[in-house]
Amino acid sequence: MNTSEQNAPVHTAGAAEEGRPSLSALLLDPSFWADWASVVGLVGLVIVFGISQPVFLSVANLQALLLAAAILVVLSIGQTFVVATAGIDLSLAAAVMLGAIILGLVNAAGYGIFLACVLAVLATSAVGFLNGVLITAGKIPDFVVTLGTLSGITGLGLILSGGEPTMVGSTFLLRLASGSFGPFGYPVWVAIAAVVVAHIALYHTRFGVHLLATGGQTESARSLGIRTNRVKIAAYTISGFCAGIAALLLVARIGSAEPQINTSLLLNSVAAVVLGGVSLFGGRASILGPAIGALMLTALVNGLTLLSVSAFYQPLAVGAIVVLAALIMRYQK
Amino acid sequence: MSAVNHSPSSEAILACEGLSKHFGGIRAFTDVAFQARRGEVTAVIGDNGAGKSTLIRCLVGVHVPDAGEIFFDGRPHPFANPDEARKAGIETVHQNLALIDELTVAQNLFLNREIVRRIGPFALLDRTAMKQQARAMLSRLSINMPSVSQRVRRLSGGQRQAISICRAAGSGAKLVVMDEPTAALGVQETANVEALIRRLREQEVSVILVSHNFDQVRRLSDQIWVMRAGRMVATVRSSQTTGNELVALVTGAA
Repeated sequence: MNTSEQNAPVHTAGAAEEGRPSLSALLLDPSFWADWASVVGLVGLVIVFGISQPVFLSVANLQALLLAAAILVVLSIGQTFVVATAGIDLSLAAAVMLGAIILGLVNAAGYGIFLACVLAVLATSAVGFLNGVLITAGKIPDFVVTLGTLSGITGLGLILSGGEPTMVGSTFLLRLASGSFGPFGYPVWVAIAAVVVAHIALYHTRFGVHLLATGGQTESARSLGIRTNRVKIAAYTISGFCAGIAALLLVARIGSAEPQINTSLLLNSVAAVVLGGVSLFGGRASILGPAIGALMLTALVNGLTLLSVSAFYQPLAVGAIVVLAALIMRYQK
Repeated sequence: MSAVNHSPSSEAILACEGLSKHFGGIRAFTDVAFQARRGEVTAVIGDNGAGKSTLIRCLVGVHVPDAGEIFFDGRPHPFANPDEARKAGIETVHQNLALIDELTVAQNLFLNREIVRRIGPFALLDRTAMKQQARAMLSRLSINMPSVSQRVRRLSGGQRQAISICRAAGSGAKLVVMDEPTAALGVQETANVEALIRRLREQEVSVILVSHNFDQVRRLSDQIWVMRAGRMVATVRSSQTTGNELVALVTGAA
């Protein structure tokens, strides 16, 4: 999609260097489209689906879409912090499963839902911390470590749960899933809060600058006294924390803790990050981009479902869009 | 403090005595005595592998020497790591410049020294203040930069070198250490960086300059130290030497 806008000649890319570029120069600049791929994609999808299936634009459907997107938005934020350090967290979806199972088991053991939620988030944060320590202190490549923890915590989840789902009949989680404040359901507010906090952390704190510096040029950052290993560990811990929040939202949504990994959550979190204009080589990130990327991917699935396209085609569509987005990223300056 | 009396000279901002460093079986340098005087540009020259860079790295805390003593401002064994050296007032312009391409000029100038506003328990970046001070730092050294909000990736080699030197000098550093600052630059850019080093000296910042370029060293420095095969073999005043003498000292033909 949006290939028509991609025909801009590459040699104009440097034309708008001095001062504020004019709108036309901006629209002819491929880097502009690369930076805003997720927004352009979302707007494009809304137009296409809105015309072909007007129900798509109904308030009820848009609210359902946002609710469905909340989990992916939270996970994409976690993934963004890791990708910003030039890493990747493949254990994200498995951590969600582990968090869900711990939540279910602690709740079923009668310790109360709040303790269950806290322990679930602590457990997934600990997984992230462990990832960070193994990658920095162990000097093992990120994808090997997180692939290892993916398998490890999948096994742990199966062992703990005995492979059986646990029902979680909590009024608190029920209210979290179905209640709303103003126009949005609570999960949407959780996602919005995560976006705001993460945006401030990335753009308005020293940690954010050090994170981007670590991802951009680790050696340079270290020679200026930035503790790059700590920064990386923090990024993975944030990713784990986000997985914990996502686990709460997931259990609230489906009413039980399933010992099953939703692999599309992992793939889509990486896809949202790529769509959001975050460099996979690190050093360049935003929060709004991946959040909108997550919305876009959810809108895609939602729209295709409304158009009665078989669910079998949805991964194909997501895959095509992600590869396309990665191609567009090559024009990023 | 009796330690002050151990200092080789009160004129020295940075000095060392009997300094040795080896990596496994390979000797980087042995029994080196060296000093950089306050307010002067001190050059260290030598052939490839003479031990210049390793000596500099030991002096600024990157490596820990195996033997010998380092004095900064008269104080012995000053730094355990580069961070401490930086806090004490030694700034290093690394050969790779240590710039972060994806960050802006202002962000690079204030990297790991960010200005923050405290709001309750939170510390938020004061970007406006950093941009203003970044402009002031650049103009103090007459560095021409279209915008401090520009990403460093888009700058030329000379501009990048200037940013790196500006960052080193801008923090009120007592001593700026530069390792081959013009090695990768063109003629015009080299001239700009040399002018920058002169301005630093005018502002009474002490400079240690590692270089291959004997003409440049004679133009810029007050005192020249010569290393050869891991030893400090000579030191001369720049005004009292010739290019031929330096070549002879470096190659050992003298």
